[in-house]
Amino acid sequence: MKKIVNRIIQCILTMFIVSIICFALVKAAPGDPVMTYVEPNMSEEYIANLRESLGLTKPMWEQYALWLGRILQGNFGNSLMNSRPVLTQILERLPATMILMGTSMVLGFVIALFLGLYSGKNKNGILDKIVSFFCFVGISIPTFWFGIMLIYLLSVYFHLLPSIGMHSEGDGSLGDLIIHLIMPCAVLTFSNASQYIRYLRSSTITEMSSDYVAVQTAYGMKESGILFKHVLKNAMLPMITVLGMSLQTLVSGAIITEQVFAWPGIGQLAVTAVSQFDYPLIMGITMFTALLVVAGNLLADILYAVFDPRIRKAT
Amino acid sequence: MNLEKETNSRQGENEILLEVKNLQVSFFTEAGEVRAVKDADFTVKKGEFFGIVGESGSGKSVATKSFLRLGPQNCRIKGGSIEFEGRDILKLDSEELRAIRGKDISIIFQDSLSALNPVYTIGSKLTEVILRHNQMTKQEGRKRAVELLTAVGITEPEKCMKSYPHELSGGMRQRVMIAMAMSSHPKMIIADEPTTALDVTIQAQILKLLKRLQKESGMSVVLITHDLGVVAQTCSRMAVMCGGYVVEEGTAEDIFYHPSHPYTQALIASMPKTGGGKFEQFLERDVSDNSGSLCPFLSRCKYACEECEKSLPGFAKISEGHISRCHKGGTISWEMK
Repeated sequence: MKKIVNRIIQCILTMFIVSIICFALVKAAPGDPVMTYVEPNMSEEYIANLRESLGLTKPMWEQYALWLGRILQGNFGNSLMNSRPVLTQILERLPATMILMGTSMVLGFVIALFLGLYSGKNKNGILDKIVSFFCFVGISIPTFWFGIMLIYLLSVYFHLLPSIGMHSEGDGSLGDLIIHLIMPCAVLTFSNASQYIRYLRSSTITEMSSDYVAVQTAYGMKESGILFKHVLKNAMLPMITVLGMSLQTLVSGAIITEQVFAWPGIGQLAVTAVSQFDYPLIMGITMFTALLVVAGNLLADILYAVFDPRIRKAT
Repeated sequence: MNLEKETNSRQGENEILLEVKNLQVSFFTEAGEVRAVKDADFTVKKGEFFGIVGESGSGKSVATKSFLRLGPQNCRIKGGSIEFEGRDILKLDSEELRAIRGKDISIIFQDSLSALNPVYTIGSKLTEVILRHNQMTKQEGRKRAVELLTAVGITEPEKCMKSYPHELSGGMRQRVMIAMAMSSHPKMIIADEPTTALDVTIQAQILKLLKRLQKESGMSVVLITHDLGVVAQTCSRMAVMCGGYVVEEGTAEDIFYHPSHPYTQALIASMPKTGGGKFEQFLERDVSDNSGSLCPFLSRCKYACEECEKSLPGFAKISEGHISRCHKGGTISWEMK
């Protein structure tokens, strides 16, 4: 318990450092946000006023302190582009990203659970070889290429699925959402599952050769029982780390996949923000992502202790 | 009346429980076939403590794991028969085999830490094994688990039930393994180097425990070890393995006082003795043979003759129940030095 409190304090410290780096990076980046407001007929004086009203003339540390103070109150500032609150914009986009990423993460995990265990148990069997082949394909092919190929095949050629967006115009039904979800989700699931399968396969192989499996066999336990009761729990341990680390994608989204399928999620928002030097928005998204990375790792640590009594003792 | 009882129990003692004939086990690796057990014969009688000794790689562990058809995926039993109570284990289907595993024959492994699943408590594992082969409720199973832990000399069984394997000492874990092995009143326990990972005092305790349980329940124990001292303490009969062959089999007295095979003689001579002993020198002969068609001890044997370089010796009968796989069968003199 004490260890968990320590870890949380560590996390807060990490977030603080991340915020400094994030702030400094954006400030050091080229491009002047004021320039996007400037029109040819504006006077020098007007531009200077504008700069001051945006708070860009204050010393760097003061800008940082103000920014941090507001963030702690949940105020991520307003977007420079459309003056709407950053937090509102992120929260608007959050459901879309979470639907896409959540579905593909869960699907990828479930698929990996069965195929990873199976191919780890029947190492070098025919199915293992087929699964391994597809895993390498899934890990190697770029998602944007796979996405474009899917669009070409299923939307352009066969006219089966809509190629972009999340809803058809004026149709908010679940069925419509699912139809739109299939392709981007397939792309992400394929690449997620490929990675997860590799992890699970290798840890299953390690666990299968351990003595306790031999003991359980020697004591008449069914193979399936050994696999799902004994091996699975041990083989899951490395998976916790992998899943914890990918938790942040739930929010940050798959930038490329969202672009390819014009999915109205946070990934897309981030790309727009960067291309328009929308500093508050960039920092908001970055901070949000960083928070999830830290939280994901913390969660993985805690789950580790829940699943593995050896870690718990050290805790 | 009493006399009759005694003769009955004596007959029971001579009844054969397990008979292994011509067992051959191979590993199939990328480098080809490795013949771990080339020809092993054992007879284990009811209620006896049977020892198998041999150096590392002699095939003793692989051979005994084959009694339950255990082994890694690339391991295959190529030939022979393993008759347990008249049934050939090699011919059983997987359901029949599972019914024997852990019920009639249990096994204790060398490394008790890796033999217990690290993420489950002792109690949950023990209860699970008990429930698998016995018809009882979960409560009864737990009660039986506590009884078993008490029987194997664990002082705080309730606390032990809630512990994880890594929280126990090596000796305690091995006691837990023995409790697990005893859980369904087995007819035979295979103990694969059960004391190798333990220090000498604990080793003695564990052996004593095994011996006591064996006497109380009338089961047979097959003890695999490379420690002759351990065999001398416990076993009534024993087999010596070398290079995948059983080279000598007999009573413990036969083997310790009248070893017949040069390998057995060398093993016994190499035991450290108080007061200093003579260290046997071996010849390094230029005959290396992995095909298994010659005596496995040939390259190190100082008595080897022409005959030895031509053919594999069969068993020579030295005395009743004492056999030796040597061309010189029983002619090599031996004196306790």
